[in-house]
Amino acid sequence: MAIRRRRILPVVYTILATLALSALDQPTVRVAPTDAVGPRTLETQTKDAIVRDYLAAWQALSGALAENNASLLDANFVGDARQRLRDTIRDQQKLDLRVEYNDRKHDISVVFYSPDGLSIQLVDKAEYDLELFDHDKLQATKHMQTPYLAVLTPTEVRWKVRIFQAAQ
Amino acid sequence: MKAHYQSVLAGCLIAAAAACTASQTNSLQFPSTIEAGTPFSVSTTGSGGAVLYIVGPGQVIRRELHRGETVAFGQGEIHSAGHYAVVLTGSSPAETAELDVTAAQQPSALSFLAKPSRLPVDEHDGISGVAYVFDAFRNLILKPADVSFDLSEAGKPAVAQTAQTHNGVAWVRLDSAPKAGIAQFEARAGNVTEKRIVQQVPGEPCQLRMNAHGAGGRIAVQTDPLLDCRGNAVPDGTIVSFKETFSGGETTVDVPLKRGVAQTTLPAHDGALISVATGVVMGNEIRWQGGR
Repeated sequence: MAIRRRRILPVVYTILATLALSALDQPTVRVAPTDAVGPRTLETQTKDAIVRDYLAAWQALSGALAENNASLLDANFVGDARQRLRDTIRDQQKLDLRVEYNDRKHDISVVFYSPDGLSIQLVDKAEYDLELFDHDKLQATKHMQTPYLAVLTPTEVRWKVRIFQAAQ
Repeated sequence: MKAHYQSVLAGCLIAAAAACTASQTNSLQFPSTIEAGTPFSVSTTGSGGAVLYIVGPGQVIRRELHRGETVAFGQGEIHSAGHYAVVLTGSSPAETAELDVTAAQQPSALSFLAKPSRLPVDEHDGISGVAYVFDAFRNLILKPADVSFDLSEAGKPAVAQTAQTHNGVAWVRLDSAPKAGIAQFEARAGNVTEKRIVQQVPGEPCQLRMNAHGAGGRIAVQTDPLLDCRGNAVPDGTIVSFKETFSGGETTVDVPLKRGVAQTTLPAHDGALISVATGVVMGNEIRWQGGR
């Protein structure tokens, strides 16, 4: 029994450590109450889906700009937002740059839900760490803090980001 | 990569945070905010080769320079509104600052969603219009701007409402007109106009009446012209159901409206009760008594 415990414990510790580290990597997310959002009533289920899909879009953005892989955007971005990010990736590729955006904090307020239910707008006071690589050499790191404005529209299976812009 | 990042970042953030802030006033000189597409320049101090980066999700720029030079950015060069990191290499660590690029003020495009494209007449708040306002570079204009919404039909004065954008979006709700027909729904911001067509169709029939008379051993039934509550003719093709109930059975006939009326014939049964309905609207009933 004691031998088995000695074998199992390191595995358990490794799993716990991995879980703890991955939890540390997760951004902190706060969502403001949505009672006053209008003009259309925002159901809890819709709000949860919006927040889930918006955070997934950040992960997609981060991966796509870090790897210069525009196809990673397709599941979460559409329209102008996708085109703009694709253009940035194209420019990064030309210049042999990579930029990592590691989101640390999201403070999300849903500010508009259109009467037809076809667009939702949110403001996210985001904090993220930016790492700039030139020819794979790290040039700079910077902690950024800025409000982003995103407009999401429904598609077949999820909400996708159609407009994504820092809102000064 | 994350572990590497965390150690580097800790060093940068704790030790160099003050330097990063100061660099914008010392080695890097540029306006903290510019309008998308406008020319501006970045002045540097010092000596030796360096690289200037302007980096954001919306755009990325790299310029090689000699410290002490001023780098000019021309009309339209930085066109994507956003929040950028500005990095100047040539020192250790690299100097960093931030730049905000705002949308241009002049509306240049509208994204106009008008819903629904077809609806019954006389619906309170039945039509919604949502307009997002963009500049020439497809940046959402976040400063408040007036958007006018006009709903017009041929030969009638337009119903107009003006709404101010908030975070780049303006919206209205309007009633559909009492008379059926095609309406033009227009949104306008500055010199930019977008038009949509809204078809207003008659509502539910308001009153359903039929008459019956004998016709060669059968009963001929016919409705009066079918109108909605505003006097609009209900469209041809609308199904009207005639039902005849008599001892021992019943007969039902569904007839599409043709030229505003529905008509058919039913078997003649003395004492039969004939009723008529369309959708959820019930009409009058007739008791058939030997040809009357």
